[in-house]
Amino acid sequence: MNLHIDIKEKAQESLVSLKGEIDVYTVPKLKEELIPVTEEPNKHVIVDLSGVNYIDSTGLGVFIGALKATDQSGSTLKITGVNDRVRRLFTITGLDEVIDIEVNEREEA
Amino acid sequence: MEKTKLSMYQLYKDMLNTYLDSKSEHALYAAQQFSKEMMEKDMSPEEMVSLHMSVFQEMVPELPEEVVDSFDLLLEVMIGYGLAYREHQSLRDRQRQLESELNVAARMQQALLPEDEIHAPDVDLGVLSVPAGKMSGDYYHYIQDDHGCIGLAVADVIGKGVPAAMCMSMIKYAMDSIPEQRLQPAALLESLNRVVERNIDSNMFITMVYGSYDPRSHRFYYAGAGHEPGFYYSKKTDSFEELTTKGLVLGLSQKVSYKEYVKNVEPGDFFVLLSDGVTECRTEDGFIEREQITDMIRKHIDLPAQEIVNRVYRELEKMQDFELKDDFTLLILRRKV
Repeated sequence: MNLHIDIKEKAQESLVSLKGEIDVYTVPKLKEELIPVTEEPNKHVIVDLSGVNYIDSTGLGVFIGALKATDQSGSTLKITGVNDRVRRLFTITGLDEVIDIEVNEREEA
Repeated sequence: MEKTKLSMYQLYKDMLNTYLDSKSEHALYAAQQFSKEMMEKDMSPEEMVSLHMSVFQEMVPELPEEVVDSFDLLLEVMIGYGLAYREHQSLRDRQRQLESELNVAARMQQALLPEDEIHAPDVDLGVLSVPAGKMSGDYYHYIQDDHGCIGLAVADVIGKGVPAAMCMSMIKYAMDSIPEQRLQPAALLESLNRVVERNIDSNMFITMVYGSYDPRSHRFYYAGAGHEPGFYYSKKTDSFEELTTKGLVLGLSQKVSYKEYVKNVEPGDFFVLLSDGVTECRTEDGFIEREQITDMIRKHIDLPAQEIVNRVYRELEKMQDFELKDDFTLLILRRKV
């Protein structure tokens, strides 16, 4: 399985769009690209997951790492476009209470 | 060594003679046996070429010069193969060594799990934990105090294999250090969270569910830290309900409080604790629904708890073509009377 990572940088905002699956195989690549973005000071990092249908627990670990990094750099982290399966994972782990998560409005039936 | 060389020389000479005489299948088979023996005796490919040349020269003394010279070139080429072969052998030895170290570690890990059986006439416990690889990132625990109260836990460390297994042992030792909280699920998780937070890498975490059952009052108290919800089976209504808990995973932030829940357990009721290796089970047709798990449990509901977990495991294993993708842990505790 593959993961496509697209990063668009604006003045105060970094939009990270992901497409594919986030699992043990794609996590190293995601970590390598996402963490440096979250370490930049005073940015709004938005991670768009609308192209992601599966995240495993190591994938969640990356978002935890990203959250800790933004806390340290004075940036913010927001996750958008989560589908039902992914949202359930964030809810069960309690991460929805510590990470700003926006539910996908164009939910597929 | 010289003696070996001599005997290999003679063996090869006889073999070559037979082959040149008869060109038989039998002689070719002997050649296959010979190459096995060569490898056992650590003979390199270039030594083999040189052996062939010496034997052949003895048999046919008047060889054209070009033939003799061409063998020198072949010898040179084979040296590269020889090096690669020896490297392969040393890697194989190294791998065997790593594997045996891993086996020792896996046995040590096994020793961290509870051994004693629960002695309580009115409860029935069944538990099974199977790692996807040699070592597991799952952990389960049960313990019984002097009053017969039972503490139970299932924890799942993010990831698999050795790093997850090392984290798992931390949970075990941390729990051993707070025996006074064994029967207070929420307080226990809060203490564990503080230990884990101080000791793990920033993108690791642990999920855990902890429950305690008091057989005198028949009450089950439980709390969860971001863990996959288990199930509660009520015999009276013959239905499963989700054991949903609210609470953040362990290791994320220092100050987290956990909510404690309680259930009155009627005779025949049981609760199911599991790791996400059970529910995140993936087959060719996609993910397994949680309902499929309760259906499997229901199918064997009249059996002892240990039989139920064994059979659910076997079914899930079969559905995944006998190749677990994630560590698997399933625990059932039932009130018998």
